[in-house]
Amino acid sequence: MKITRKDFLRLSGLSLLALAGGKAVRAVTDLAGASATAVAGSAKTVRWGMVIDLGKWRGQGTDKCIKACDAAHNIPQIPDPAREVKWIWEQPFETVFPSEQTDYTRQTYAGRPIPVMCNHCADPACVRVCPTGATWKREDGIVMMDWHRCIGCKYCVVACPYGARSFNFSDPVPYIAQVTPEFPTRSKGVVEKCNFCAERLAQGKQPVCVEACPDKSMIFGNLADPNSEIRQVLGSRFSIRRKPELGTQPNIFYIV
Amino acid sequence: MRERVLIFGGLAVFLILFTYPLWHAAALGTQAKQPQLQLPAQAKECVAPLPYMRAAHMRLLIEWRENAVRQGVRQIHAANGKSYDASLTRTCLGECHTNKAEFCDRCHTYAGVSALYCWDCHNKPQLVAARRTP
Amino acid sequence: MFMFEKALVGGRKYWIWIGILLALIFLGSLAYLRQATVGLVVTGLSHDVVWGLYISQFVFFIGLGASAVVVVLPYYLHDWKAFGKTTMMGEILGMCSVIVAMLFIFVSMGQPQRVLNVLLYPHPNSLIFWDLTVLSGYVLLNAVITVTLLGAKHEGVPPPKWIKPVIMLSIPWAISIHTVTAFILSGLAARPFWLTPIMAPRFLVSAFSSGPALLIILILILRRLKVFDAGLEAVKKLALIVTYCMVINVFFVLMEVFTIFYSQIPSHKEHFEYLFFGLDGNYQLVPLMWLSVLLSLAALALLLVPRWRTDTRLLTWACVLVFISLWLDKGFALLIGGFVPSPLGVVARYTPTLNEWTVAAGIWATGALMITVLYKIMLSIQEEQ
Repeated sequence: MKITRKDFLRLSGLSLLALAGGKAVRAVTDLAGASATAVAGSAKTVRWGMVIDLGKWRGQGTDKCIKACDAAHNIPQIPDPAREVKWIWEQPFETVFPSEQTDYTRQTYAGRPIPVMCNHCADPACVRVCPTGATWKREDGIVMMDWHRCIGCKYCVVACPYGARSFNFSDPVPYIAQVTPEFPTRSKGVVEKCNFCAERLAQGKQPVCVEACPDKSMIFGNLADPNSEIRQVLGSRFSIRRKPELGTQPNIFYIV
Repeated sequence: MRERVLIFGGLAVFLILFTYPLWHAAALGTQAKQPQLQLPAQAKECVAPLPYMRAAHMRLLIEWRENAVRQGVRQIHAANGKSYDASLTRTCLGECHTNKAEFCDRCHTYAGVSALYCWDCHNKPQLVAARRTP
Repeated sequence: MFMFEKALVGGRKYWIWIGILLALIFLGSLAYLRQATVGLVVTGLSHDVVWGLYISQFVFFIGLGASAVVVVLPYYLHDWKAFGKTTMMGEILGMCSVIVAMLFIFVSMGQPQRVLNVLLYPHPNSLIFWDLTVLSGYVLLNAVITVTLLGAKHEGVPPPKWIKPVIMLSIPWAISIHTVTAFILSGLAARPFWLTPIMAPRFLVSAFSSGPALLIILILILRRLKVFDAGLEAVKKLALIVTYCMVINVFFVLMEVFTIFYSQIPSHKEHFEYLFFGLDGNYQLVPLMWLSVLLSLAALALLLVPRWRTDTRLLTWACVLVFISLWLDKGFALLIGGFVPSPLGVVARYTPTLNEWTVAAGIWATGALMITVLYKIMLSIQEEQ
């Protein structure tokens, strides 16, 4: 049978494509098929949230909660502020609540440092824009990160209205003085943020920042449980959230 | 005529060089050294049968990882019937395979597997193991 | 089928040009290797400005991708015979621009070896998923069109009938690449500077200004080198398109300025203030912004006067001014302006590092190399006729 070189090359190319396509389909279906072998937790609805009572937050032992989180989660201490990685930190009042600033604000609030972290929003913009699902919203409300899947596109950093996400511009390990071995460090090229101490919640513990706070100004609990402490506090005191007009529905409430 | 000698001679040299991996060990009387693994002293039982682990431990790791990280399922029933906390650092590396150089690296180096990024982040199993022993 | 051997035949100037491009690509590769090893810390990016030179070049080169549809649409849909010799040039230029844009995305990623995750774990909520889809599809479409048409010409036969619907498909697909790229920015509540419905229309008109401007420049270069004459009639019509689209582009910008400054909403206003007047002692982009305005006004002056627009020398200048003005506008203004001030009010400084510029130069050279090689093949085939 006479076959031209062009046709032979075309045929070989198509065959290779078919082989590769088959492999690709198998790869995708294999990965998609990985399913849970056990059911986690109880069937009760959980929506984790936090209330920070700024009246109790005296601003003196504030670094205790930040240091506790940094230590527990191997947050690199990067000297260059342009490249810092932060999960919980402090910002001046005017930058946390830009719509609340006025020339006549109570002076105790002007310039006052406010603790901020990922708000684990009910309708998070970061989750909507992530192309790979490296960040997603769990059923219990926590906006999680999967550092194995993150491609480092930084779209989530762009989409977050609260500046809560940090990108690892270089390998973070050299900037960790004392590695906590139970929790993984991260690698360069991925985005990270507060994870509401999901690893501790899985063991029934409270987040480290809540436990470490000497003023006991943070209340963490289940917003879906009407009898929880956090619901009692929210029901009896006036609280505000950051940039509520954007529709993200943050789950960190501040009692001013 | 000269070309024929050159062509066939060149082909022969090429074939010899090309099949070098196949004949040199047999010709020199040496054996390719199999990787010698230092099995973990602590645990006596693996989570799955050895042939499966040899062939597909990567698949098991990814399955456990997807379950633990993405589904939040941390208690996983392994093939050996026992239930394990699916943590790479605390369980796989912390309880059993604490020594990367004497266990993991032996086969990986032999097989030329270099793109593994696990230890970039899960990087202190010895410390975890040390914390465990009272 | 690909006739690359035609690109291996050339005079001294041709090979010197190729040599320069290869040298730039080599340097760019070294710079990228350094970035891939050490991390994006070698760039000027920071916690608050996470997208910079690379993404700005991505956005700009997507715009240049319009150089295909700007000649394909009139020629195939409305039988503008004058564009007959420009369609192949435009399709090659458009395709290579989009490839360059995708290369810029690749080098901006923190974990580029995981890029296939976007396809393995598709998330249609994300505009990056859609962007990858439409951009890859567009490159594929144009590649098929180019290879088929050039192949048919080489064989001396009319192109196969099925290529016509493929070419027709490439027209709305070309519009989609600009729209989807604009959507990456215009749907973010966190970035009020970009949260405007006029973003996609702005992208389209600036694309239809910069794309044909570059095409005109390339047509005139090939005429000057006496290797190909696409026809002055085509150049005149393209110049008209650039003119109208530049006018609309300036009009759209003025629309933005009105809404922003009349409403006086701080979160929207402060980005424009930073760009044009500086903010908190940071005047980094002010000279570039006013330069962009000046260049676009100068370009419009040259384009709006018919006697000047039809003078090829002045037209070349006008196209260069359009190109630079839009490079500054779509590159630095649009991208950096979205990040400064940050959602927390930080007025960050951003200066691309030498490493960043070198990587960018390598990618620009890659695009130039692709265009050179493909144009060489195209010209060889034209000569055969």
